[in-house]
Amino acid sequence: MNCIIIDDEQTARFITKTLCEQIETLQVVAEFPDAIQALKYLKTNDVDLIFLDIHMPNFTGLDFIKTLKKLPQIILTTSDPKFAIEAFEYDNIVDYLLKPIVFSRFEKAIKKTVQHKNAMELGTSSTVRKPDADFKNDFYVNIDRRLIKIDLLRIYLIQAKGDYIQIKTEDQNYMVHSTLKKIEEKLPKDLFLKVHRSFIINIKKIVHIEDNSVLIQKDIVPVSRSNRPKLMKRLDLL
Amino acid sequence: MEKPNLSYVDALSSGEALVKNKLIEIIKSEFVLEKSAYYKSLKNKNFKALEANVHKLKHKISILGFVKRYQLANDYEHNLRECQLTGAADFEKTLTAITAYLKTI
Repeated sequence: MNCIIIDDEQTARFITKTLCEQIETLQVVAEFPDAIQALKYLKTNDVDLIFLDIHMPNFTGLDFIKTLKKLPQIILTTSDPKFAIEAFEYDNIVDYLLKPIVFSRFEKAIKKTVQHKNAMELGTSSTVRKPDADFKNDFYVNIDRRLIKIDLLRIYLIQAKGDYIQIKTEDQNYMVHSTLKKIEEKLPKDLFLKVHRSFIINIKKIVHIEDNSVLIQKDIVPVSRSNRPKLMKRLDLL
Repeated sequence: MEKPNLSYVDALSSGEALVKNKLIEIIKSEFVLEKSAYYKSLKNKNFKALEANVHKLKHKISILGFVKRYQLANDYEHNLRECQLTGAADFEKTLTAITAYLKTI
């Protein structure tokens, strides 16, 4: 895989390059101290992978991603994961690496990139956006300056609570500063359903339905009158 | 105060002296520039630039094995975002420690 490194810090570029040299399949074809120079390079050159520092002065990594028309795969490099969260909105962000990058984590990110690349070529991976199943298996939420990965399939309930949403999974609950509308866009429609203006449920986790409520795990969730037909339609009734 | 070390540099270079020496050389030269840029921004009370300077220096702090000092620098960076200089003294102590350490390697 041909890759480029974009980082305003020479130390960081040297470290990333050294790590790349330890992986046979990676070739660093160019490195840039700012994103503008990289944009010029990409006008005439194709690359498979970009190591991109998010936090750069004047033109940030995020500005760079927004500007690029054709996105190769990108691994973000950052000292602060909170800078990576917005960038994860983009399909081609494969992973992010916290600086200083250690080889074991680097290797993992490269494996993930190879899988992602293969899947994109085959068009069969769940991590590749499909017209009717526009979702990934997981997403990240920002809680107390940490990016926490949440497995979509383990979520059973999401409840709006003021400016926050509570995401309930089989293992843990998370309070995230977001809206139901925002998270609804990230969820696969065949699995999740908004049953009330404050609740989204995972329909596979329903225990039973009674009148205008649903028992899901141990939570009783109200179902609004307008959403009840949608819910009934989704059930596999005998 | 924590003692700096070269564990990360050693692990990255996997015993290759050429790589290790090159990385140390880059850290040394870049650190001088970044430190100078930091004090210039401080003099001008340019908080946005200060935040960027600290952000960059943080990487060197962690490369040199300062775990607690890195956290303090992180807090300082967040304070700078609020235009507060709380944590400056601690951060500058770290810069002094790094300056002294880099002279020994």
